[in-house]
Amino acid sequence: MQIIKTVTLDYRQYLTEKEISEIEHEVTIMETRESAGIEALKIVQSHRGWISDDSLNAIAQLLAISSAQLEGVATFYNLIYRQPVGRFVIHICDSISCHLNGYQKVLHAIKTHLGIDYGQTTEDGLFTLLSNVCLGGCDKAPVMMIGQQHYEYLTSEKAVAILNGLSQSTDGNSSGDFLDKAEVGATIDAKIVEVKND
Amino acid sequence: MTNSTSQSSMLQPLTHLVNLSQPLSLKEYIREGGYQGAKKALRELQPAEVLAIISDSNLKGRGGAGFPTGMKWSCVPMFEADDVNAPEHKYLVCNADEMEPGTFKDRMLMEGVPHQLVEAMIISAYTIGADKAYIFLRGEYHLSAKRLQQAIDEAYSENWLGKNIQGTNYQLDLYVHTSAGRYICGEETALINALEGKRAIPRAKPPFPQVSGLFGKPTVVNNVETFCNIPHIIKNGADWFKQLSPKSDAGTKIYAACGRVKTPGLWELPMGVTIRELLYGHAGGMADGLKLKGLLPGGASTDFLLPEHLDTPMDFDSIAKAGSRLGTGGLIVLDDQNCPVGMVLNLIRFFAQESCGWCTPCRDGTPWAVEILTRIENGQGQARDLDDLANLCDFMWLGKTHCALAPGAVEPLKSALKYFHDDFEQHIDKGCCPYSGSHSPSEIASNVAQACGGHAHG
Repeated sequence: MQIIKTVTLDYRQYLTEKEISEIEHEVTIMETRESAGIEALKIVQSHRGWISDDSLNAIAQLLAISSAQLEGVATFYNLIYRQPVGRFVIHICDSISCHLNGYQKVLHAIKTHLGIDYGQTTEDGLFTLLSNVCLGGCDKAPVMMIGQQHYEYLTSEKAVAILNGLSQSTDGNSSGDFLDKAEVGATIDAKIVEVKND
Repeated sequence: MTNSTSQSSMLQPLTHLVNLSQPLSLKEYIREGGYQGAKKALRELQPAEVLAIISDSNLKGRGGAGFPTGMKWSCVPMFEADDVNAPEHKYLVCNADEMEPGTFKDRMLMEGVPHQLVEAMIISAYTIGADKAYIFLRGEYHLSAKRLQQAIDEAYSENWLGKNIQGTNYQLDLYVHTSAGRYICGEETALINALEGKRAIPRAKPPFPQVSGLFGKPTVVNNVETFCNIPHIIKNGADWFKQLSPKSDAGTKIYAACGRVKTPGLWELPMGVTIRELLYGHAGGMADGLKLKGLLPGGASTDFLLPEHLDTPMDFDSIAKAGSRLGTGGLIVLDDQNCPVGMVLNLIRFFAQESCGWCTPCRDGTPWAVEILTRIENGQGQARDLDDLANLCDFMWLGKTHCALAPGAVEPLKSALKYFHDDFEQHIDKGCCPYSGSHSPSEIASNVAQACGGHAHG
């Protein structure tokens, strides 16, 4: 006989009131609760930095859909992070115009400067490096996006200067905005239920 | 493009009010002649009359496929107000999921003159009898989202949206939905699935969205640029629109050029200017020291054309006759010092990454092509690789896949195999990339590309 441990979350204790009200607003403009899924994931991610399993389960519960279905949606999209990311996520465009204009040099400079490869986060928790498909800045290539900011006409030097600027703006506090949200996560009232599996 | 003389308003209707640093407020937009099309449609015209004007204007979709807009709209079932068979809602959706590599025109329209799109959607929704409308915006366009939402809020406050618009009995709600980054959402039925909160996998057609689309209700999906033509056609008439283009196609087109040209950018020009005029007249020609090797005329999913095609007019029919597609009208220019194999590899890698994975030819075919192309670019290609690539082009062609993504990926690949055959063979024969010299950016990325010793190309 095998014991399977499952975790039951109550979304009302996991998600903040602000998150819930923002998600419920999205629900009101759609016909079904499930159709707010991607917006809900983006809302929680904007507050917590990424989508943990607990976040995913809580959102699924709030929207009355299965976690598996929401996971299918979450993993379908490039901009939903299902792993912890740094405070700044660098999305460097690797599509055709940036390719023809030598984004590779910029990418190489960023990788060397930060000491990370695609998909990795710096040890200080500040930067995560990801590729992005065409950012729509083809006439200003090469380009990258960090947060909501698009950076254009990149050179290796300019990219490194941008990263240094962001780094200095944090005063070494890598968790920054997400500090209070980590505490939210720690207060989860998780109930462990043992299910007997015959 | 902020010049707002009356002449430019007639010759460049879509872009003459574009102001990228500070778009016009509702009041300013109205002062410049905005919302006149919407006023005329809602107050003076029946939906069927608006449809007749749009059909007569010969407007074709600007999102890439070039389908006649009037014909698309005419498939939406219309009902009398008291018809018990009428659906509870009909929907209008703006496809603002602009992710085609080398395409950036919709971004300018949304960031630069958001009220134009809002006005266009009011007229279009009125025409098909929709009471709810969504702008499906790609997640990376943060500024567009902000400015569109501001425009929508203003439109609500001045009764251009909501109940009893401008004293008529027509009502419309308009929302911005921001996506989270996936190219396939640009396919209209995948977009509808995405809006419903599902994985964005294209649906089988029929039923077509006009009959059964969003939430199973009649739905029309059009591209941003297509919509933006609507207010001007209603305001100035179908004949005015047709005479904007000297060719058989009507209206203007927002053309683009990117790659290593002197002045990459966007220009609204009469539909049907030649590639030469666009590349040399507007984009300033090739950057110093570079020669034109080839180009994609309308985004990543179109066939290569060569310098010999420079005098081809950039309209749907002429580009098709030359063996490619007008697509989104954005030139992606290949110079003689960038490797064509490397370029195709970059394009196919994009399609492989963005394949939704639903059908086998696309899910497995695109990564297979990436694998072979990587091998060739690395100098480890074999002669039979070219046959395999040609076969893959066949396996992924129209009719063998669930949607148009894989056939779109085939277009640059197949045409590159035809036009740049020598380059592919050189890679294989020499066991290296002949372009991996000092000029080639691919050199850096390439722990990959095995440079031909001392054979810097060009």
